[in-house]
Parts: sequence; structure tokens; C-alpha cells
Amino acid sequence: MSSYPLIAVVGNPNAGKSALFNMLTGARQKVGNYPGVTVERKSGRLSLLDGRPVELVDLPGAYSLDASSPDEEVTRDVVLGKQQGERLPDALLLVVDATNLDNHLRFALQIIELGLPTVVALNMVDLAARDGLTIDAATLERELGVPVIETVAVRRRGIDEVKEALSTAIGAARRIRGSGDEDFVTLQRRARAIAAAAILAEKPTRRWTGRLDAIVLHPLLGPVIFAAIMFVMFQAVFAWATPPADFIDARFGDVQAFVLAELPDGLIRSMIVDGVIKGVGAVVVFLPQILILFFFILLLESTGYMVRAAFLMDRLMARVGLSGHAFIPLLSSFACAVPGIMATRTIEDPKHRLTTILIAPLMTCSARLPVYAIIIGAFIPARSVGYGVGLQGLVLFGLYVTGIAGALAAALVLRSTVARGTHQGFMLEMPKYQMPHVRDIILGLWQRALIFLKRAGTIILVSTIVLWALLSFPQPKPGESALDSSIAGKLASGLEVVMRPIGFNHEISLALIPAMAAREVAVSALATAYSIQEDDEARADLSLTSQLRGRWSLPTALAFLAWFVFAPQCLSTVAVTRRETNGWRWPGFMLAYLFTLAYIAAGATFWLATFAGL
Amino acid sequence: MSVNVRLDQLPFHTPARVTAVHWQALTPAEARRLRNLGLDEGVTVEALHGGPIGRDPLAVRIGRMTVAIRRAHAETISVDAAP
Repeated sequence: MSSYPLIAVVGNPNAGKSALFNMLTGARQKVGNYPGVTVERKSGRLSLLDGRPVELVDLPGAYSLDASSPDEEVTRDVVLGKQQGERLPDALLLVVDATNLDNHLRFALQIIELGLPTVVALNMVDLAARDGLTIDAATLERELGVPVIETVAVRRRGIDEVKEALSTAIGAARRIRGSGDEDFVTLQRRARAIAAAAILAEKPTRRWTGRLDAIVLHPLLGPVIFAAIMFVMFQAVFAWATPPADFIDARFGDVQAFVLAELPDGLIRSMIVDGVIKGVGAVVVFLPQILILFFFILLLESTGYMVRAAFLMDRLMARVGLSGHAFIPLLSSFACAVPGIMATRTIEDPKHRLTTILIAPLMTCSARLPVYAIIIGAFIPARSVGYGVGLQGLVLFGLYVTGIAGALAAALVLRSTVARGTHQGFMLEMPKYQMPHVRDIILGLWQRALIFLKRAGTIILVSTIVLWALLSFPQPKPGESALDSSIAGKLASGLEVVMRPIGFNHEISLALIPAMAAREVAVSALATAYSIQEDDEARADLSLTSQLRGRWSLPTALAFLAWFVFAPQCLSTVAVTRRETNGWRWPGFMLAYLFTLAYIAAGATFWLATFAGL
Repeated sequence: MSVNVRLDQLPFHTPARVTAVHWQALTPAEARRLRNLGLDEGVTVEALHGGPIGRDPLAVRIGRMTVAIRRAHAETISVDAAP
């Protein structure tokens, strides 16, 4: 791929860059990382009209070359040819939002000044027309000195013209002329003058965004709508996921039946059935729930609602020393703390950012869903509490709320102790509302599904097989239980001494060890442990749910839930924290304070539930 | 006739022109970010919405863009609200 000409897509945040990139490259995308930094590198292949292949790379959105975040640094370094692991682009595709010319032209002028062959995509011309703006592309082309093509990325308008202009551009000479440090105010005023010349007419129209904002940001209605969206989102995660989850479960059942029928009884069969199928199956079954959650997050982001939610939450976050800026990474952390922690890079204040990183694992990520779902499914009756609200959904909602309350309390303490500092403000662009585009959302979900299945195929598969081996060896002597004689059983016995006071049994202690790699492994570990332990063939076929019902008390189950609200059991989170904070100090601190909280919360839950007679 | 007020005192839905920004009252990072979001002397601003608690933060139209800023920062912006 690297021998093809390279075209970098650059532009302001919210210019519709990624939609254009998706439209040009289709599903042929590769998501990777730039060396040394955690900035995502998204690239894809594009065939020009004459069939020539080129590589397209989607650079992070930036306001100017005067970078103020690691994301913006990558964009600056790539267009200057200084980025490690990236060659100097042969041409640039500069995306400019037609409805926001004054601002986007400033960055455009800076980029064009550099001297690389550049094609400007004047994007979202349909929205500009809707706003009553008439823009003359020819004037822009004359003023900027580079080809300007009107596009509507989401409707494929202008795509062929862009390809044609790029064909010409990649043949042109490239030489770095400017260095991008022209005076900011001069550039801004020049941009405004060009915009004024290019905008032929401006009819005042009532804009969609303004009308919607009047409702969504209403001081009373706004918070109500916000709470309703959050509630629907978390109810949907449970309600919609059941049919596809049952389907996946049944397919794993088919595979298991096939293996049981075809393979002779023995160690190999035990490894495949008890290790691989039960272990991986127990996790993959949660793919529908995880995708539903990501679907909502992608929807909130692509419509522009996410920033409104940050606006509504800013004052509340200010109470604990944070701001609306922290809200977006924290909401992303509900899907996964890793992209959430990476998203904190948009927070400029270092202490503020550190606090957000440290509390991000308290947001209930999708990896906890398998754990919560199995315990709630086994111990909380599936009955309605009225008004169409299920008790199971309500308990799940309660776990999310506990995580959020814990995070806010932790932020308050951290901001007055280890992360003390001045209060940073809240300054954020509020983009126009947009209809979400099915194609972009499907592509986003597809990438998430691949990442999850890759994890199931690597981390989870390996840890379940290792656990199966630790559980199966040494083989029990006659009259001895398989679990107690195994290596894993002995390790768990050691841990159990510490865990017994908070109501955790032997199998839980055992499951917590491999779950250090990833939380959802706890489910597969429990499945494997109970499956191996069961000598009786008939009972071995019982589902994990019925196994748990028969063996755990309700206080233990609740304590287990409380533990996972806080416990930082995820190697990826620890690794990304180390990378983002440049050292082991903060991930170490994170592990210590979160395990302490988990232990206290689980213990308190267990003893309160016991005394309440549950 | 000119009516000089601070942006945080400007009534909602009243377009006004920025006459002065007290850049020195802001940290360099804050000043850069506000400039990136299009704030400059001479541009038109309009307070559109306020947050649910104390009408803070403010959603302000700066030129063609809508930007969320806190009241504390709006205090550093002087505007002329002449009709």
C-alpha cells in the first residue's frame, strides 16, 4: 500500500471530513496508530477515475497549525512532512464547511500557504443553501489559487469531480514554501474578507439548529430530554439485545453438540468444549448489547447532540472541579474506557485531564455488561415495576448511577488533592445538528464489532485456555474435587482468604484472577470453572445462569456487582493510562484507589444485604 | 449611538459587535482557543442559550458559529449592542 501516492484529508473539526473520507474509500479502511502517540491513523484506498490507486489518510481535525493538542500536532507534522511513520503527502484534500466559511478559511489559508498540491472540497453546500447562503465557488477558487469543488459528502455529490482534481494534483510539484506561522489575526481577517467576497447572498432563514437548540438547551426541558435519552439508551441495551443474543447462544450450543458428538471424550474435547466454546461463547453472546450501546454513542456524536449534553452538564461538572469538556470522554467511556481516555486529549488543562483519565474507568464500560447481565439475569426477577419499566433494567440503571456518583466523588477528592489546580473553563464549538448517516454509523459499528471479536479471539481465547489448563492440571486423584486440586484452585484459595470477608466464594476468587486481563473474562472464567467442576454429566449441561442460582446467595451476587462497579480489571485501560500519562505512577495510583473502593463497596453491599435478610 | 456592555450582560437574542477583548485577562491557552473559535474584535456575537443552572455556560453565536463559553470568560468581552 505504501508505494501508492498519499493524499491526506485535512480540515477543521466538524467540517464533514470523515463523511467525505468514508464516501471516498468505502469500507476498505485500516485503523492503526501513529508510532509513539495514541493518535489513531485511519487510512483507506481510493481508485481514481483512470483506475490508479492512491492511499487516503484521514488526519485529525484541527483549527490551526499552531497545535494545542497531540491530535493537532499529528496533523501539523504530517502536512509538514515531519511525522514519524508517515511520508510527506503527495497532495492534500482540504475539507471546508460551506456554512462556516469565515472560520474554516483561516485554516485553509494556512494549509494552502504550505505549498503542497491542494484540492478544496467545499462541503455541505446543501446545508449552506438551506441556511440561505449562496456561495460562488469560482470566487473562492480565484482567491485561494487552488481548485474548489462543491461537495455533499453524504450524498456522493462532487465525488467524481474530487477524484478528477486529485488526479491532476498528485502529478504537481510539491515543495514546502511556508512554515505555517503567519500572524493569526492577519489570517483570520483575510479569511473573513474572502468569505465576504464569496458569499453572494445571504437570506435570513430560521435555522433548524437554532429551533432545535431552543428545545434541547431549554433550562427545564433540556435536562429532562437528556435524562430520557440516557434512560432509553440503557433500557434498549437490555431489551433489544435479547433475540440476537439468544441466536448467538444457540449457535454456540450447536457447535458444542457437534464437538461432543464427533470427538472422543478426553483432554482435547474438554479443552475445546469447556475452554474455547464455553469461555469464548459466554463473551461473544454480548456482542449485540455492546453494538447497541455503541450505536447510541455514534448516533449522539454524529447528530451533534453530544456537545449539547456537554453544555447541559458543564455546571454540574464544575461543582467537582471538571467541565463539560470532560463529559464527552466520560460518555465514550460507557462504551470503552480506552477510547474515552484517548479522547481526554482534547482537554488542554493537564490536571483537569489527569482527573478525567483517573475517573474514566468508573464509567460502566461495555465489558462490564456481560458481567452485569449474567448476574442480573440470574438473580433479579424479570418483572415490571410499572410504567413499562423492568426491574432488571432498573438495577442496571442503578449500577450505572453508582459508577457515575463514584466518579464525581472521586473527581472532587482528586481535584483537591493529587490533581489540585486552577479551574479550567469550558469553550467548545457547538456544531450544527445533522441527520445521522446510516453508512457512517454502520461503518463505525462494523469497526467496533471487529475490535471486539478480535479481543474475543485473542485476549479472551488465550486467557480462557490458560485458565482451563490451570483448572485441569494437575488431574485430581480419586475422591478429590477437580477444582481444589488444580493450580488455579490453589491460587484462588490464597486470594479467597482476602475475599471471604466481602462475601466472595472460591469460584469468584478464581474468576477474578484471569479477569485482570479484561472484565468480561470473569464470565467465561465462571463458566469454565463450573463446567469443569461438574462431574455429573447431566448437571454439566446446566446453563451458567442456573449454576449461579444454585450456588450463590443474593448478598454475594450483589457484592459481586458492586465490586465490578469500581474494580479496574482491564489491562488495556492500565496500558493506555500509562501511555497517556507517560509513566507508571498514575496507572499505579489508579489501580490502588479503584481496588480499595471496589473492596469497600463490595464488602458494604454484602454485609448490608446480609443484615437486611436478602 | 453605542451601548457598551459585557457579553455576559447582553440580553439573549440581541446581536452585538465585539468592541474589545481583554486578552490579557485570559490565559494564553484560553485566548488561543477563543481565537480559534472565531472571536475577534469586530465580529458579531449573540447570546443564544444559557445552561440549566444559573444560565451558565452560555451558547454564543460568534460570526456563523455557535460556541459554548462560561460566563466568567464572557466577562472579558466588551460588546456594542447598538441597534
